Amino acid sequence: MQLVIVDTGCANISSVYFAFKRLGVDATISREAKRIKAADKVLLPGVGTAHNAMAKLQQAELIDTLQSLQQPLLGICLGMQLLTGHSMEGDVPCLNLIPGEVLPMQSAGLRLPHMGWNTLKNISNHALMRGFNETDYMYFVHSFAVASSQYSLALCHYGSDFAAVIGKDNVAGAQFHPERSGKTGARLLQNFLEWRL
Amino acid sequence: MLAKRLIPCLDVRDGKVVKGVQFRNHEIIGDIVPLAQRYAEAGADELVFYDITASSDGRVVDKSWVRRIAEVIDIPFCVAGGIKTIADAGKILEMGADKISVNSPALARPELINELNHNFGQQCVVVGIDSFFDVVSGQYQVYQFTGDESRTQKTQWLSRDWVAEVLSRGAGEIVLNCMNQDGVRQGYDIAQLRSIRDICTVPLIASGGAGTMQHFTDVFEKADVDGALAASVFHKGIIEIAALKAKLIADGISIRP
Repeated sequence: MQLVIVDTGCANISSVYFAFKRLGVDATISREAKRIKAADKVLLPGVGTAHNAMAKLQQAELIDTLQSLQQPLLGICLGMQLLTGHSMEGDVPCLNLIPGEVLPMQSAGLRLPHMGWNTLKNISNHALMRGFNETDYMYFVHSFAVASSQYSLALCHYGSDFAAVIGKDNVAGAQFHPERSGKTGARLLQNFLEWRL
Repeated sequence: MLAKRLIPCLDVRDGKVVKGVQFRNHEIIGDIVPLAQRYAEAGADELVFYDITASSDGRVVDKSWVRRIAEVIDIPFCVAGGIKTIADAGKILEMGADKISVNSPALARPELINELNHNFGQQCVVVGIDSFFDVVSGQYQVYQFTGDESRTQKTQWLSRDWVAEVLSRGAGEIVLNCMNQDGVRQGYDIAQLRSIRDICTVPLIASGGAGTMQHFTDVFEKADVDGALAASVFHKGIIEIAALKAKLIADGISIRP
């Protein structure tokens, strides 16, 4: 299993690397298109703003590479938001691998950022969601979100519903931080490792 | 539903936990990694590591323990103490911490908060505030250098004004440590937390005063804080996290089991 974590220069790369290490997988952290294309699976991490992250992917000339991957690709947190068509956080076009738009959260007056442990709902039977149920808590930290759509694999509720996990073809993303969500988070990463297209 | 967070705080010096620690009757003193791991496994929702010497003695501090914690911990953790620059914060985040918390350096140079927000995003930026109720003036006042008694001093700030200031500069979370209550285990300072809650639009974490399980119910119910931080009751085994969570759930508080 050759897993490559795309080196976006974001802060949570070590955490993601260690999370896979705990599952017995020694990932490669790289921004080389050749290495990313050759991987069995690709992980796109992300912390920070969509604008900065897209600029970094552009600088590293990775946009085309990520858009043309055929193997499983998982985005985490900001990395998940980058998979959609557009983000209002900095009004920036994203990778457009999964239809959707990143908008400011409609939290109905609840405090932002949405920070802490929250539960999932409307969990699909997609391979990534195997073993999950509505009493599982995941760790979220964000102020922008992707709306519920036909590409949602699970939702979360904070003032209003938003997509907690999205997926289309070989591409999927999680709004929460599986690397920081205890055993339930590890289950998502394990499901990703076992995901067969 | 978003859960309220229980946050054990560990004091660190030179990469060791410095307070005598008792955890489920196994006395562990010194080694930070297994202790952090035990708290994570026991159900802590988040951990704070507070380098207690860092801000007050001005030396360059070895933070390599942050990486060792990130390797084993699968819940979020925050590192506090001695973070004075973007470079300091960047190193700690790069080693795997999820958030950094600033206190005295932000009082010395408030622009630090803007810089941290701009470089790492609001979600990483926690501001710790040490607040003391002055009986004579009847006001809550912000103190700095509280890690070292001989250097602890009152600042120009009233607590509410400083909270408004750090929010305007882009803080993502506030930890309010009520010094009158700290270490005495008589309960959180509900009155002060409520008054700060009114103006705090980001998550607010209560700190200082936890002594019984009821104190946690009270602070969540009466001050509507997002999390409760405690040290001695957890370290000394006075309260077990699993039992505390069971009580809070029974009391109708939203808690991750």
